Amino acid sequence: MQRSWCNSKKKKSTIERTMGLIGETTVVDSIKSIQFRQAFSQAVTLGIIVASALIIWKTLMCITGSQSPIVVVLSESMEPAFQRGDILFLHMSKDPIRVGEIVVFDVEGRDIPIVHRVIKVHERQDTGEVDVLTKGPDYIVMRTSRDTPNLHGDHNLHDDRRGGLYAPGQLWIQQHHILGRAVGFLPYVGWATIIMTDKPIVKYILIGALGLFVIISKD
Amino acid sequence: MHSFGYRANALLTFAVTLLALICAMSSLSDNLNSPSPSSHVKVLNINWFQKSTQGNDEVSMTMNISANLQSLFTWNTKQVFVFLAAEYETPQNSLNQVSLWDGIIPSKEHAKFWIHTTNKYRFTDQGSNLQGKEFNLTLHWHVMPKTGKMFADKIVMSGFSLPVEYR
Repeated sequence: MQRSWCNSKKKKSTIERTMGLIGETTVVDSIKSIQFRQAFSQAVTLGIIVASALIIWKTLMCITGSQSPIVVVLSESMEPAFQRGDILFLHMSKDPIRVGEIVVFDVEGRDIPIVHRVIKVHERQDTGEVDVLTKGPDYIVMRTSRDTPNLHGDHNLHDDRRGGLYAPGQLWIQQHHILGRAVGFLPYVGWATIIMTDKPIVKYILIGALGLFVIISKD
Repeated sequence: MHSFGYRANALLTFAVTLLALICAMSSLSDNLNSPSPSSHVKVLNINWFQKSTQGNDEVSMTMNISANLQSLFTWNTKQVFVFLAAEYETPQNSLNQVSLWDGIIPSKEHAKFWIHTTNKYRFTDQGSNLQGKEFNLTLHWHVMPKTGKMFADKIVMSGFSLPVEYR
């Protein structure tokens, strides 16, 4: 506030120089109106920033058809394909889900959606509805054909149904559980979100600093 | 106009823009690659074939999978996820896809492989339609980029069939 007062004082002097002939009372009035204008324009700037962020988000929602077009990977469950802090771009098209795709889905009784790979698909003949089974990490990294003894016999790994990830009694993931499928990927960017979720104090400091910056800065 | 804050801001904006541009370009450059992968799968043995207590048919089989996916790798490739799925049609379902085996290929050197394995995931039908069933084995792969768009493609191998009797 100190700085903005100084600024207005500086303005006062320039105004006095340019409008030297105008009486004292009008000068005071114009200063008051300038301060009001400044505050008003700052509020508008802040509004534009918030609104444009909202516009971008909503536009992405319209384009991708997914209610959360961008998600941050929170767990290590998809290593080594996706690591904690990576960003996934989701898409929700009319195309039916196919085996091998990475889908993000909700499970009843769990707050956070899950990112896992589809290993089984059954598509109904009459209705076209799909029953989908997923599994967790991509695990085994294959290295040269000499490693085959390690892979051999590594069968009957757990899917998410047997792994107990689904709601009790739930056999399949269906279309209405699915938020989207992953189509693109950007590493590391999601760390900002993770830090802000884990340590809310950082979030408040950041928002506070940004707010202060908008108030203080002249333009 | 020329305060430290403004300069830092301008520099940061420029750096982030440049980084985003490079990411976008490296993702786009993947389109220039036209891969020519090959694969061959042989079913060596049906280990067992039965109806589970839930009434679903289940099979265990031993396979020989060989593939050369080296041409999929570009400089923007982090890894290739490869899997083999059995695909068939039943009276109830227009498409059934069951993943049998999968693996991650971390680099080009390991992309030419040969493996002798039983199915890693359960080959279970939704119902009891597998006796004498003809099916395709499809080798799918998903190319995970270092950044940007993911690619996927497949090779369909047809002409496999299951025995008529449980064993």
